[in-house]
Amino acid sequence: MTSMTEEHLLHVRGLTVAYQTSEGPLPAVRGVDLVVGKGEVVGVAGESGCGKSTLVSTVLRLQPPGAKVEGEVRVLGEDVLTMGWGPLRALRWADASIVFQGALHSLNPVQRVGNQIAEPIRLHEPKLSRADVDDRVNALLEQVGLSGERSRSYPHQLSGGQKQRVMIAMALACRPSLIVADEPTTALDVMVQAQILDLLSGLVRDLGVGLLIISHDLSVLGDVCDRVVVMYAGRVVETGGATEVFTDPKHPYTRALSDAFPLIGDRSARYAPAGLPGDPPDPRELPAGCSFAPRCRHAADVCRAAEPPLIEVGSGRSAACVRVGEL
Amino acid sequence: MTAPLTQRQIARGRRRAARRRNWLIFRTHRSGVVGLVVLSLFILVALLAPLLVPHDTIEVTKATGGILEPPSSEYWLGTDQTGRSVLALCIWGARISLLVGLLATAISIVIGTLIGLMSGFFEGWPARFLYRFTEWFLVLPFLLLALVMSAVLGRSLAIIILVIGVTSWPSTALLIRSQTLSVKERPFLERARALGAGRWHQMTRHILPNVMPMVFANTTLTVSIAILTETTLAFLGLGDPTRVSWGSMLEDAFDVGAMTTGAWWYIIPPGLCVVAVVLSFNLVGQALEETVNPRLRGR
Repeated sequence: MTSMTEEHLLHVRGLTVAYQTSEGPLPAVRGVDLVVGKGEVVGVAGESGCGKSTLVSTVLRLQPPGAKVEGEVRVLGEDVLTMGWGPLRALRWADASIVFQGALHSLNPVQRVGNQIAEPIRLHEPKLSRADVDDRVNALLEQVGLSGERSRSYPHQLSGGQKQRVMIAMALACRPSLIVADEPTTALDVMVQAQILDLLSGLVRDLGVGLLIISHDLSVLGDVCDRVVVMYAGRVVETGGATEVFTDPKHPYTRALSDAFPLIGDRSARYAPAGLPGDPPDPRELPAGCSFAPRCRHAADVCRAAEPPLIEVGSGRSAACVRVGEL
Repeated sequence: MTAPLTQRQIARGRRRAARRRNWLIFRTHRSGVVGLVVLSLFILVALLAPLLVPHDTIEVTKATGGILEPPSSEYWLGTDQTGRSVLALCIWGARISLLVGLLATAISIVIGTLIGLMSGFFEGWPARFLYRFTEWFLVLPFLLLALVMSAVLGRSLAIIILVIGVTSWPSTALLIRSQTLSVKERPFLERARALGAGRWHQMTRHILPNVMPMVFANTTLTVSIAILTETTLAFLGLGDPTRVSWGSMLEDAFDVGAMTTGAWWYIIPPGLCVVAVVLSFNLVGQALEETVNPRLRGR
């Protein structure tokens, strides 16, 4: 069993996160299991507010201080949630790094980007000489397709795509084994999105790192991921190989998500853009039974009776829907 | 080995260009330029005081003039009650007023920035304690505190500087605290935490550079307040008795009844000096802020 967990770069088991609010506890993540192996790209999909970003924050224990966390998060076999402050700081960025959502705000506006890329290197390898750090920064910039001269720019002198490249360079700075990309392409235009995704998947291939990529955009995940995890209201509702999940979704929610992207050239999709009525439920007042039931076209009495467990629905695939077989 | 050198040269060239650009912008603020000229004049006079008028001329025992003589060709601004030249006193007074203003401001800015930064950055009881501490100093009647402190600690120049420094920091601290609170929530601080950065690194590398413009803008304001405070304390008789400042001149003038005897030359010059210096600092500060802060440039 131990050899199993050591092979995984990231191992999340039974993770539950609840925020304390004035109106009572707010469960953002409810019992999530997730595994990322070496050289593997795993996607997490879901609407806003389904717990994706909370999940990301727990990987490096960055969740807000009031949050109540249960379960297990292991990075390279080490338990992140219970480890001491010193080892945690050493683990942050050196073993696992994050490409943050919104590169535009994740860069300090008054520092040159070269300095900011060098920051994790200086923090984790303080003995490195200045020239070595500069060399490494230039190499990193070239690795993400920017010229070394860019290190002297301030963030406001770069375009959105360039800033995201800088963020990726920063994520690679300490040669981590695991990279978590939280909505890496949000706020970028479609062409730049494609470039950034190419860059990320190319780096994963070349460096053999694991990548956990979070997005609400299924087309993004379908292109680059090996496996995907679909989340709804803090739970995993479907997992499986990326292509299978999107071409043959088993859970009604996944189906609605993939239908929300019309196929170009498909007339029926054009006249009937399939959406999903309603909003995700308030995590403080989750409906009884399946939390997706109130928005589900196929909901029956059995759905409202109890929360459906994740059941196997094929090789390496599972879905949390009691009516999978019937639909 | 030439490559890093040329890079550094490029950087130096850019810095020079930025300075020139800032100077060009600064020059468009006429009031700021006037302030700068007046200020430079005062600083120059203060620095050159021993050359302009020998120290002997302001020593009571070596005074040459008559008592409260009106302005004449010999004493351009008249004499005081002991026969010293008021002009010489003003020149020597500039040294003390400027010295106290600048040094007290340095103390005040350092304390204010440090406490503001910490009370904004920390959470829980340390932040609450520092905030209450700041508020406590803020609500204490400032002048009263300064009076009590200088009365207890003595009346030397160093004490005056210290007293003004440690009583004028709370407004700086509050300003820095509020700015820190807003910078702290920006995503690049979460990024810094994810990098494995400790508190000290986050404060010095990320928050401080972002609140620095605020600190600078506040400095010029604090200088004027410090100079005014020094004048007030000296006027109330709490200055260093061995040294002449504009405040102590005003005190002496008041004591000998210059007001009632019509010796205007003893009151107006030191008063005007205080007004001119304080005003210049404010004008320069305003122009500087508009130069440094692109949002205020009004293009």
